[in-house]
Amino acid sequence: MTRFPRSVREGLTDAWLVGPATLALLTFIFLPVVIVAVLSFTDYQFGARSFGWIGLENYEKLFGSTLGRRALSNTLLYVAIVIPASVGLGLVVAAGLHRLADWAPALSNVLRAVYFLPVAATLVAMSVAWQMMLHPTLGVVNQTLVALGGQPQNWLSDRGIVLYTLAAIGIWQTVGYNMVLFLAGLAAIPADLYDAAEVDGAGGNWSRFWTVTWPMLGPTTLFVLVITATNAFRVFETVATLTKGGPAFASDTLVYALYREGFVYFKAGYASAITMVFFAVLLALTLIQFRIVERRVHYR
Amino acid sequence: MNSETVLELREVTRRFGTQTVLDAIDVAVREGSFTALLGASGCGKSTTLRIMAGLDRPTKGKVLLNGTDVADRTAHERNVAMVFQSYALYPHLTVFQNIALPLTMRHLGAFGRLPFAGRLAPGTTDARDLIRRKVAVTAESLGLSDLLHRKPNSLSGGQKQRVALGRALVRDPVMFLLDEPLSNLDARLRVKMRGELISLHKRTGRAFVYVTHDQAEAMAMADQIIVMIAGKVAQAGTPRDLYDRPASRDVAAFVGTNAINLIAPEDGPSFFEGNTGDAVIGIRPEHLSPANDGALGARLETAEFLGSETILGLRTDQGKEIVAIAPGDYSVPAPGSEIRLGVAADRLHFFDPASGKRLEREHVR
Repeated sequence: MTRFPRSVREGLTDAWLVGPATLALLTFIFLPVVIVAVLSFTDYQFGARSFGWIGLENYEKLFGSTLGRRALSNTLLYVAIVIPASVGLGLVVAAGLHRLADWAPALSNVLRAVYFLPVAATLVAMSVAWQMMLHPTLGVVNQTLVALGGQPQNWLSDRGIVLYTLAAIGIWQTVGYNMVLFLAGLAAIPADLYDAAEVDGAGGNWSRFWTVTWPMLGPTTLFVLVITATNAFRVFETVATLTKGGPAFASDTLVYALYREGFVYFKAGYASAITMVFFAVLLALTLIQFRIVERRVHYR
Repeated sequence: MNSETVLELREVTRRFGTQTVLDAIDVAVREGSFTALLGASGCGKSTTLRIMAGLDRPTKGKVLLNGTDVADRTAHERNVAMVFQSYALYPHLTVFQNIALPLTMRHLGAFGRLPFAGRLAPGTTDARDLIRRKVAVTAESLGLSDLLHRKPNSLSGGQKQRVALGRALVRDPVMFLLDEPLSNLDARLRVKMRGELISLHKRTGRAFVYVTHDQAEAMAMADQIIVMIAGKVAQAGTPRDLYDRPASRDVAAFVGTNAINLIAPEDGPSFFEGNTGDAVIGIRPEHLSPANDGALGARLETAEFLGSETILGLRTDQGKEIVAIAPGDYSVPAPGSEIRLGVAADRLHFFDPASGKRLEREHVR
């Protein structure tokens, strides 16, 4: 067996350790992104033998047409509702369960599991359950509303309501996940800091939250925000199973439009343009996390 | 109650579930004194401090501050300052803001504390000036003036310790409670901070209560040491009391740089002139030194030369290990040699073998 000098051997080990992952990353992530980026400037259709360069036409269509704008604004509205509600509720529930654990640990654990259930469950299957609950005449939601003297609503087929219904389901689905992250963050806050706050006169619930809990949860909150935002931008399952983007595109979202254009109408070029926009948004979110906010929440 | 007593615990008991952490302890802290709560970990000294601070409540018993029962007053209302082992600085606030926090909580309303909008709140300008002046004075006295805009994460351990002290000092509290404040520092810095704490105590004139497991720290700084063992006060007294007249075998074992030699009757026939009966004899190593006509003989096993003194590890014929201290110029014989050791009779301590309590010489049978 040939003996390589030590430095060569170490170099080979490095290449062997890093190589496979790098190769996979290049083949399965970077290459497809480049191909999609190229396709987004063409009128390519799946199965076609040729394509023509059309420049920015796909992007013009997305940002210029009513339908494209609809998908964009729907997605933004959905995200604008889901992020604050899901993060806020997650924090409130986590703070509640964290306190509950002091005097009723068993109950706290049960509730923790209950809140986490929607995260563990398959969203498509859960959508069927939601569909039954939201049925205009037979559903529990409307029956309860009527029993309480309210007006029954067409939750999934009223243009003015449908997006909010989907947002509510989105919140229901993500609160549990955010709660678990916040619980971990809360458990990591040193008890000494709360004692110090108490001695310093910041012992009331409100001032203790602003003096210790909220600043100490900074890194957790940032992570939760980014995860929630990414997931909210990706909303697809509920749209696909419950509304198909309807009625009249009132619940059409970016990823659902991408699916429809690409896999129903085979407009690969246009679908690629949507993908690139989606990709740009997620990239921006990640950059915000790494560059701007991370420095501020880790208190360097 | 003595009019000079600033804080008193009366028959304070604290249970966590079925576990009794403090068992009816009585503690009195005089105004202007430096009291050390000394004990091994788990003896209840930190719980005692937390009860004094108002961070914990006694299951039974009373906490009196200047003669008033303060059972339902919060730590802030008691106006006691506390310094934590971990420093417990707020990582998101600058040094200035950390030191200023007790003052901003006191002088500014909820609106006035807001980062930017707070400046618009009426009447806060004077309060802000006052806070700025007080923080500047405190920071100056601790040598922190150049660090006011730094965040705690960029400070060294000693600097963090000073900020924690500054936060305690700035509000002029009725007393200072310190929970092992020096144990996270390296040895050299610890000795330096010891001196600074003593001069700080002199300067403020307030009572200090200092929790530590390090007897050397307690002996060096305190004028009253309260030794706690298993949730009880084993002895309270001056450092000299504790050293010269330990109330029990356990206290004797805890106090002193070199662990005391405890020789039970079963360790062999009495080595000392006079009848010592069945009492356990305690001799501090520093009172046991080589002497040609010494009463006790033992074989040398180890010798640690420390410069000013040499610590001798010996074994008696009965197999009992004992430690003696020889002067630094003592020429150590070869290991295995027989050495005669002498002891001054008035340096002997006697303890009851069953209860471990101190026996006065005249009571030794």
